[in-house]
Amino acid sequence: MNDSRGSGEVLLKVERLSKAFGGIQAVRDVSFTLSEGEIVGLIGPNGAGKTTLVNLVTGVFPASSGTVVFRGSDITRQRPFQAARRGIARTFQIVQPFPAMTVLENVVAGALFAGGAADRATAENEAMAHLEFVGLGAEVLRPAASLTLPSRKRLELAKSLAMKPKVLLLDEVNAGLNTSEIDQALALIRAIAARGVTIIIIEHLMKVVLSLSQRILVLHHGELISSGDPHDVVNDPKVIEAYLGSKFAERQKQLAGTAP
Amino acid sequence: MKARLPYILFAIWVLALAATPWVASNYIVKIATFLAMYGAIALSWNFIGGFTGYPSFATAAFVGLGAYSGALLQNAGMSGAWLPLAWLSGALIVALFSALIGLIILRMKGHYFAIGSIAIVEVLSQLASSWSSLTGGGEGLNVKFLAGGPDFIGRVFLYTMLVIMLMAFVATLLVDRGRLGFGLRCIQQNEDAADMVGIDVTRYKIYAFVLSAVFCGAVGAAYSSWVAYISPTDSFSILLTLKAPVMVLLGGPGTVFGPIVGSALFVLMEETIWAKFLDYHQAVLGVVIVLLIFFLPGGLLRLRFKKGAA
Repeated sequence: MNDSRGSGEVLLKVERLSKAFGGIQAVRDVSFTLSEGEIVGLIGPNGAGKTTLVNLVTGVFPASSGTVVFRGSDITRQRPFQAARRGIARTFQIVQPFPAMTVLENVVAGALFAGGAADRATAENEAMAHLEFVGLGAEVLRPAASLTLPSRKRLELAKSLAMKPKVLLLDEVNAGLNTSEIDQALALIRAIAARGVTIIIIEHLMKVVLSLSQRILVLHHGELISSGDPHDVVNDPKVIEAYLGSKFAERQKQLAGTAP
Repeated sequence: MKARLPYILFAIWVLALAATPWVASNYIVKIATFLAMYGAIALSWNFIGGFTGYPSFATAAFVGLGAYSGALLQNAGMSGAWLPLAWLSGALIVALFSALIGLIILRMKGHYFAIGSIAIVEVLSQLASSWSSLTGGGEGLNVKFLAGGPDFIGRVFLYTMLVIMLMAFVATLLVDRGRLGFGLRCIQQNEDAADMVGIDVTRYKIYAFVLSAVFCGAVGAAYSSWVAYISPTDSFSILLTLKAPVMVLLGGPGTVFGPIVGSALFVLMEETIWAKFLDYHQAVLGVVIVLLIFFLPGGLLRLRFKKGAA
């Protein structure tokens, strides 16, 4: 991907954000900024605090300390619906549809309550366009509960897009998909990014992260241990250690040292 | 044309109830009044229990508080021509009360909310029993009789209850077609997702809770004038609190006409079949609840829709 996409204007600024659940420090002193138009990968081993970080940015949990600034205003204390209306949309690791409603109604909800659609008819037109875009145009009248997993993930994306987001936080949209489904999902995420939506993508599959991200943030035990250019980050000894353990990292270092 | 049919049937139903004083005995007028009253109560419960999916057992708290507020205001001078003002004030007091209580108990979900809502009934009932200086305590409270013969009084309260039911119905229509109803259905389906999609869930739930209370308050206040004597056990009746959801579940929760159909069937069953089982009628209620849960989880109206769709 080219690096010239970001316009450079800071959209989201997270400063020294922490969250403790009782004695467990889930997120510790995390700071980063997000510029308009960027695609940033957020990686880290299981339990590193990635989803908690997303929950802090979208107001699901109140932060223990630190601030979140979005387009110049402090939004640390916001509630999820306020985040949605401001233009911070997210998808869930475990999809969260309105199961008994139709696919169309699910997306209409996004357009009506967060996307600023003036009335139901406008919301339905917008929703149809988003559903066509994600490839669910033929299934709009089915109940959301009847969709297959890949289609539900697409529904989540359509719902998020209907909210007209400035920032889209994708929490493992590819989890549970097979290889060809992942390729389709990747194409879709690229198409969304091409519309100018700033994206944070949480992902376990390095292939996906490396092919999409302009920049990568690495969380480990709730701390931001590395960030920057994707290839620098994956070669960072701290990151290798976090993923593969200290012994393996040590051996890597020795190998690097003995190499001519 | 097909979509209009339920509205036409509903209009005929309302006109039939309204016509009873002119064509039928006072006993039938009394049943018509109960039909309107329970129609309003079922429509009320539908806002919180049907649209929003919060199993409220607070109905009796709203009816009882409305009854006591209305009765005390009437005894303080809001009687005669001022009576409608007493009923309106009772409804407003209940609306305010439900908004404040809603702020607290709507933080709970599922079983916890159900228990919390039933506790409100108990607390208010205890309060009415022990605050003797104001409420007359366990001995109850006499309310000034409305002047006029039994025919006139019968008509007044039939039309009062009908008007309350129609107001609850119009409110239901507006909610059902509007943004609020759509948002409440989203909350019923998945509250976290509703929050994430930009719905102010706390505010919407409070709206639904107040809507479920205000018409019950009006019913309670009018009821106190009708029977002219209220007591804590009669006003804050646990049985009433159970009847409301059963009626709506019988008809179809979250639908516009379900509460009307369900409450009408329930009242008619109560008057015809259960009157023959005086000793067992609460047991029969239990059997109806169990049968509903097993065979009609979506109510009678949903049953018909399902057949139509298949």
